[in-house]
Amino acid sequence: MDLWFTEQHTKDVCFSIRVEKQIHSEQSKYQRIDVFESKEFGRFLTIDGKMMLTEKDEFIYHEMIVHVPMAVNPGVKNVLVIGGGDGGTIRELTRYGTIEKIDLVEVDKRVLEVSRAYFPEVSEKLSDKRISFYFEDGLRFIREKENEYDLIIVDSTDPFGPGEGLFTKEFYGSCCNALKENGILVNQQECPYYADYSKFMKRAHQCMQEFFPVCRIYQAQIPSYPSGNWVFGFASKGLNPVSDLRDSEWNKLGLKTRYYNTDVHVGSFAIPNYIRDILADTTEQQEF
Amino acid sequence: MSHLSQEKTPILTALNKYRMDRIVPFDVPGHKQGRGNPRLTAFLGKQCLSVDVNSMKPLDNLCHPVSVIKEAEELAADAFGAANAFFIVNGTTAAVQSMILATCKRGDKIILPRNVHISAIHALILSGAQPVYVNPGVNTRLGIPLGMTPEDLKAAIAQNPDAKAVLVNNPTYYGICSNLKEITELAHAHNMLVLVDEAHGTHFYFGEGLPASAMSCGADMAAVSMHKTGGSLTQSSLLLTGKRLNPGCVRQIINLTQTTSGSYLLLTSLDISRSSLALDGKAMFRKVVSLAQYARDEINKIGGYYAFSKELCDGGAVYDFDTTKLSVFTRDIGLAGIEVYDILRDEYGIQIEFGDIGNILAIISAGDSEFTIERLVAALYEVKRRYAKDPTGMFDHEYIAPQVEMTPQNAFYANKKMVPIGASAGCLCGEFVMCYPPGIPILAPGERITEEIIDYILYAKAKGCFLSGTEDITIENLKVVDV
Repeated sequence: MDLWFTEQHTKDVCFSIRVEKQIHSEQSKYQRIDVFESKEFGRFLTIDGKMMLTEKDEFIYHEMIVHVPMAVNPGVKNVLVIGGGDGGTIRELTRYGTIEKIDLVEVDKRVLEVSRAYFPEVSEKLSDKRISFYFEDGLRFIREKENEYDLIIVDSTDPFGPGEGLFTKEFYGSCCNALKENGILVNQQECPYYADYSKFMKRAHQCMQEFFPVCRIYQAQIPSYPSGNWVFGFASKGLNPVSDLRDSEWNKLGLKTRYYNTDVHVGSFAIPNYIRDILADTTEQQEF
Repeated sequence: MSHLSQEKTPILTALNKYRMDRIVPFDVPGHKQGRGNPRLTAFLGKQCLSVDVNSMKPLDNLCHPVSVIKEAEELAADAFGAANAFFIVNGTTAAVQSMILATCKRGDKIILPRNVHISAIHALILSGAQPVYVNPGVNTRLGIPLGMTPEDLKAAIAQNPDAKAVLVNNPTYYGICSNLKEITELAHAHNMLVLVDEAHGTHFYFGEGLPASAMSCGADMAAVSMHKTGGSLTQSSLLLTGKRLNPGCVRQIINLTQTTSGSYLLLTSLDISRSSLALDGKAMFRKVVSLAQYARDEINKIGGYYAFSKELCDGGAVYDFDTTKLSVFTRDIGLAGIEVYDILRDEYGIQIEFGDIGNILAIISAGDSEFTIERLVAALYEVKRRYAKDPTGMFDHEYIAPQVEMTPQNAFYANKKMVPIGASAGCLCGEFVMCYPPGIPILAPGERITEEIIDYILYAKAKGCFLSGTEDITIENLKVVDV
């Protein structure tokens, strides 16, 4: 039997993984959730047919979305994670004993339950005592928060469907308001290569610039995501992700990581010219 | 209620058959099922263009329906509890005009509130009827015009016992409803017909716990904008009539102004939407009511905004309230509704229905989800946080009682001259001035221009309202009756 999972990365490009078997499939209140088993990527989770995580390469995404801001401000105590119901971001965060409180806001409780059932290594830290769970829309959760968090991580799905509100100006404005003076906002900003995705990166970046004096992007290589080249946004009220990097302090923590290190940290903020050009371009892209 | 099968969609069925039959067209439209206009076909889709067809025997004729359109109209009448229903493809404007043209001849009096849609006053120009305006009353805090009270109508009838018809806005744009049942009984007792501009009330016929619909109150005619809250395509609408109206005569009146090339895209959208509303309307509007209520609760928590609802009901000018409407009073945060409307679109990518001097209105429909509502609420938080100003000194009323001195028709066709707007006080207006939306005239032909009205127009213009209706597109000058 020849069984393949295919995700259409653009209308002219497909990405396929040979599937050993399908383990789970459901339509939750918000989205379709599937789990497959494969040889190359191990088990993987898809939402509405889009790759969310694979056992083999999820460490890259989760390490980069957590350790980059943590190495810039190791004093972070209160963290808000929006999305991230799979638990990977939580797993990395709970490695810091100095973090006192983590609020996890996930709109779809089923993502968390599916991850618990099929991805024990990703979801293992979801039982950490410091976590409070809120199963609601992140946009709703954050709009009344003020001066509460040191770090907000937006570990969202793509900006179509339930994740759409997390790429809007009203959301970034609310995040800015919810962050303390030294606060940092990190979000996933899609892939810079394909225009269908990079327009979201550009829009997110330009929106965030209206609220945050420091606004940068950084890259990671994630083989299972469109183009394999993924971008994160780093915004803060003052801390610079490179010049304020506390590398020796972070290295002293002795955290064992597979992708992240403080050299990668610095290098990830080096941005190729074509991406710089997209971000600097203030004209609207033609939709069709 | 239904004795016909509301699952049926005769026009859709006929169009599907037309397509399956692979008819070779040697009739209009000239794009010939899309093949003659590839760029348009690429944009709208092959399926859409292939059924953009002309009247023909198997597809019936809107001007003289005898088969599938007739059957679809009967199904609609049944679904809405009307004696007859007419499909309208020239917008609810055409339905409103047909109501007035069918009931008022030149010189006949019609009793109506002044906050009617422009289409009603346009119909007065066409028919030559004489308007008798009933002051709708204003909620002074919100600056919005209210409904018609039976007391005010009684007084108007006493002074104008010869009036032929009463026209009621129900609901108003803001969701305010009048005591339609009592109004109808009162009018009927004086041999007047009751016409209802129900443009914003399609859902009253299908939802639960919503204000009473025109047909259920015994009204004689109702213009129902299916495209507003009923899901059909823009410009498609229904004219409903009761037992007192002769359907053949109404059809003739409609044909005076309606196109002879009725769009089958619009007609089939009416057919499909009517079926969906009849079958699933209850659930659809249950969801809409609950989303709107959620939005109201959340917006009222922000502070500064006031999303109003049934608490306005006073048994009189606000007899009932349409809870699917999300009207929000914004003046207390120091922003005119139109300013919030502009900020939401320009800064947050959110397009709402309209903003006036003190309020915004968002339409909530079956197409909304909790996520779209969250975006609106979050954006309103941000608008307040980032843009709120001191509200003192803001314009605070909306209704100005008109002084009608000539019928709209006579004023419209009189000899006229252009005068600068600032110098027009005291003149008789010869044209319309309105903000669109909501499309309620500030001035109509035949009305005396006052300083107060000029101030209002200039203020609305300064705040960024989209003013229209005047011959001078820059609205610097007004056309007045040359006496």
